[in-house]
Amino acid sequence: MNSYVRPNSLDQALALLGDGRARILAGGTDLYPGADGYLAGNVIDITAVPGLNRITTDSDGTLRIGACTTWTTLADADLPPAARALQQACLQVGGRQIQNVGTLGGNLCNASPAADGVPPLLALGAKVELASLTGLRRVAVADFLTGPRQTIRRADEVLTAILIPPAGLQGKSAFVKLGARAYLVISIAMVAARVVLAGDRIATAAIAVGACSGSAVRLNSLEHALIGASMADLSALIAANPPPLTPIDDIRATAAYRHKAAAELIHRALSEAMA
Amino acid sequence: MIRFTLNGAPVSADSAPTSRLTDLLREGLGAKGTKVGCDAGDCGACTVLMNGAQVCACLVPAARAEGASIETIESTAPDLARLQAAFLRHGAAQCGICIPGMLIAATDLIRRTPHPTEAQAMQALGGVLCRCTGYRKIIAAVCDTSPAAPPVTHGGIGAPLTRLDGHAKVTGDSFGADYAPEGALIVRAIRSPYHHAAFHFGDLAAFARRPGIAAIFTAADIPGRNAFGVIPPFADQPAIAQSPARFQGECVALIAFAPQSDPDTADFPITWHPLPPQMSPAEAEADGAPLIHPTRPGNRLIEGRVIKGDAASALQTAAHIVEGSIQTAFVEHAYIEPEAGSAWMDGDTLTIRACTQAPVMDRDDTALILGLPTDRVRIIPSAVGGGFGSKLDVSLQPLIGLVTLKTGRPSRMTYARGDSMTSTTKRHPSEITGRIGCDALGRITGLEVSGRFDTGAYSSWGPTVANRVPVHISGPYRTPNIHARARAIHTNGPVSGAFRGFGVPQAALWQETLYDQLAEKAGLDRLEFRILNALRDGDASATGQILHATGIGPCLTALRPHWTRALRDATTTGSIKRGVGVASCWYGCGNTALPNPSTIRIGLSPEGRVILHQGATDIGQGSNTVIAQIAAEALGLPIALFTLIGPDTALTPDAGKTSASRQTFVSGRAAKAAAEGLRAHLLRLANAGDAATLSLGNQTLHITENGTAHVISLQTLTPDAHGNVATHEATYDPPTTALDVNGQGTPYALYGYGAQMVELEVDTTLGTVRLLKITAAHDLGRTINPQLATGQIEGGIAQGIGLALLEDYIPGRTANLHDYLIPTIGDVPPIESLLIEIPDPEGPYGAKGLGEHVLIPTAPAILNAIRHATGAQITRLPALPHRVLEAIQRAHPK
Repeated sequence: MNSYVRPNSLDQALALLGDGRARILAGGTDLYPGADGYLAGNVIDITAVPGLNRITTDSDGTLRIGACTTWTTLADADLPPAARALQQACLQVGGRQIQNVGTLGGNLCNASPAADGVPPLLALGAKVELASLTGLRRVAVADFLTGPRQTIRRADEVLTAILIPPAGLQGKSAFVKLGARAYLVISIAMVAARVVLAGDRIATAAIAVGACSGSAVRLNSLEHALIGASMADLSALIAANPPPLTPIDDIRATAAYRHKAAAELIHRALSEAMA
Repeated sequence: MIRFTLNGAPVSADSAPTSRLTDLLREGLGAKGTKVGCDAGDCGACTVLMNGAQVCACLVPAARAEGASIETIESTAPDLARLQAAFLRHGAAQCGICIPGMLIAATDLIRRTPHPTEAQAMQALGGVLCRCTGYRKIIAAVCDTSPAAPPVTHGGIGAPLTRLDGHAKVTGDSFGADYAPEGALIVRAIRSPYHHAAFHFGDLAAFARRPGIAAIFTAADIPGRNAFGVIPPFADQPAIAQSPARFQGECVALIAFAPQSDPDTADFPITWHPLPPQMSPAEAEADGAPLIHPTRPGNRLIEGRVIKGDAASALQTAAHIVEGSIQTAFVEHAYIEPEAGSAWMDGDTLTIRACTQAPVMDRDDTALILGLPTDRVRIIPSAVGGGFGSKLDVSLQPLIGLVTLKTGRPSRMTYARGDSMTSTTKRHPSEITGRIGCDALGRITGLEVSGRFDTGAYSSWGPTVANRVPVHISGPYRTPNIHARARAIHTNGPVSGAFRGFGVPQAALWQETLYDQLAEKAGLDRLEFRILNALRDGDASATGQILHATGIGPCLTALRPHWTRALRDATTTGSIKRGVGVASCWYGCGNTALPNPSTIRIGLSPEGRVILHQGATDIGQGSNTVIAQIAAEALGLPIALFTLIGPDTALTPDAGKTSASRQTFVSGRAAKAAAEGLRAHLLRLANAGDAATLSLGNQTLHITENGTAHVISLQTLTPDAHGNVATHEATYDPPTTALDVNGQGTPYALYGYGAQMVELEVDTTLGTVRLLKITAAHDLGRTINPQLATGQIEGGIAQGIGLALLEDYIPGRTANLHDYLIPTIGDVPPIESLLIEIPDPEGPYGAKGLGEHVLIPTAPAILNAIRHATGAQITRLPALPHRVLEAIQRAHPK
């Protein structure tokens, strides 16, 4: 069976989703490449649901990014310096055509190990909001993604927003992506780093590495070790706290290379964030 | 019904809601200016503006267009018009398939940023791939939309004439997929999912009765000889395979769907029995390896050789010797236009309109397969959205031909990107090993080399590669003693065929990287070492041919000031290391030691138009313009009076295939001779000498000599069989000789030469390479059109960059444009072209071929620059970051 609906309220979307046998369509940049002549199945297009494409701030200071916010909208938004890594990532997803329609929520739900949006969100301590007819739940991005192409989203749930708590909006951040060509490239490895500085030393650091494991990961031990570190200490601390990565050999690079590259990218992202 | 605004006008069309916006535009509304290259958002060819923002129409559900404003290349918006004019003026369009996407992305940009910088242009156009131009002229056009200088529309030899087919190229030309006869059946192929597999069909008759299916065809339905091939004695490739399939992507059956039906092939009744594939020449050559073709022992298709002097002895006494191996991958042509075309019956004549580089070869192969005489097959080439060698072989022509012949109904077929990548030819992977020696002064004394090429499942151009490689592997250098062999080995990989250079780029990678090491051993500067050894007039080539118009020395010396400057600039601090590399090329134009004629016809119509029957297929390189420029020069009439006919096998004489860098040279010579014949004929009408000038008035011909004008009314002359008042036809066939068993002889009538210098930096912690500048000196003999020539240079360099740094086609893994990476607009550095003119008396006005030469030096010059920067020696391509880093670590063990 094939059908297409474009509901204009979340309740309608959730009702249509019902038992979860429909496919949720947002930007389409991940679903259409796999389609033949048309997108098969019962398709619910959620891009007309009000509020899903807005960036707002909740009363407690949480930054709320609607799940259907496009890369371009996000890149152009006036956000604090802590979100710079996320905005830098937005400009490196595909070409501008992709950035104009692809969505942050879709990037999360697609759960590619090389999803460019994920390391910045991890470094920002982001959560996702999942809505269903039975209610709302909030889950940390780190827990939402459970492996390559795997999330804990239930088939009756819609990812409605990405939430960045006030703590995640402290400090400055940077995103560094490594690919074999200038544009339209799937990452070999990428790093997002956010630091809160006390003088020229790190008070807190949040670092995430993508494309080097089933899902992007936070580097807790390195983050801990970096407390109190200055720029000059970075190399030694990165070497002493190898990130817990499980990269694979694939067409883009070897696992051994990814280990080395990740360490270098961590250094660069931290240096840029601290500058 | 979906209602929206298209280029400012309200429209409505029917389409399945989750079909693609491309489908709604192209099929629903017939707006075919928007092109489809990948259906995956990887190439940007389908870029349109949706509510003012650029999007890939292939990723937008048709239903989402409801109420939207969509702008496409068919728009007449003034900012788009300004960009189109700039693209024409800068020569930014070659084949034109990416240009609608480029222009729309640029429109999006200049509405936001009217005077963009190069960086802004690259960022805005980064999502559109181009395979022809090397992007530099596109960037220049986007950054220069103010109409300061008008496009050049007149001039003969040497004028930077705007391409004659330029208007079509910037408005969405009509490619293979862009014409569909009324009621055409939609043809889909069933292809092998395995590299090697037996198969049998289930109940085909039951499947054929399903609604929407018009007919099914298998190998059993082919009326003629089910074996095609570009080199007739080796023809071995079935149009539709019988069991077993020998490579992944091989066509085993066709389904013809009724128009408007959903062409769903999912349940086609076929059972596969995978067989062990042989995926490398090493496996295929091993003792006892099963034969892929029973008549080819050792799975060897052919071996080519060139043996002169005594290389072994020369190497024994050489003062310096270097030895090395290099390995290259399958390289995909990755033109943005997947194969497409349509077929219909015109009376008894099967007419096929499709993208191709070789209409007459298509006609002959299709006729053989379908059991028709050649005069019952007509090939009309569509605009060709890139070819680079792969569209020399037939692809869908016999398939849609079969459907139309058997059903009597028109048909059409468009390959999906995956079909195009899996089923058509590739550049041969190579493993080349050998030694080069020189004397104490650095003069080359001997070269010994053996190359093994993976020719894939069928022969295609394997024999040409095996013959071209030994002939060219010395590079354009004096090499008194040579022992060179190259063999093509069958595997169950994709068919390796022609790709810009026929194996010579791989050979140059081996030879030119060893030259750097040899120069070092001899204590010579790398450029001076090449100049010392450069072939000169009167030298004998490796095949014993005495050379003339030898342009390599002038190309290399033209680089000298740039080289000195670049070496001075290449200072390095920290972990980013700068390097400079150089490499040369030479390349024989036309078939290797075989006849290779072109025929051109030119006439004067009673209305006063010059009718040029031009059968050379322009695949973007510019033959439509160059051949007309040559003809205009020889005839002595302005190009504005010319009308171009063809190519079309029913209308134009055979100008041969667009390959081997032969059209400017061979068809150009034929055009010159034909035009000279017509001129002589016209002058005779007034008994005027050759110094007289011709001009055309209102249906009158004016012949002016010594101030006296003869006016001839064209309407009073009796029209000939072509309807012209006079028509001349001329054939030119380059004088070559066959090669003997040792590869000695005159394989080409004319060679082109070139040398390129690359400046780059290597990030030694990540192994990434950033190109800074490429300086390219090419000997064109005589420049017919400098704008088209520099366009060829820039485009060839872009493909050389891909070969060096990015491209690795892995069968079964990278049949898409996000895993198979070609250079984007951000990957091609500024290019400075130095056009050198050492006229060859054999070429028209001295001109030589250029199309393939331009790709050959780029990759070895890049590798040489990487080695100069870091000491890293790359022996396996592409030089992906992890390989570069490994090579750096090998060069500097901790």
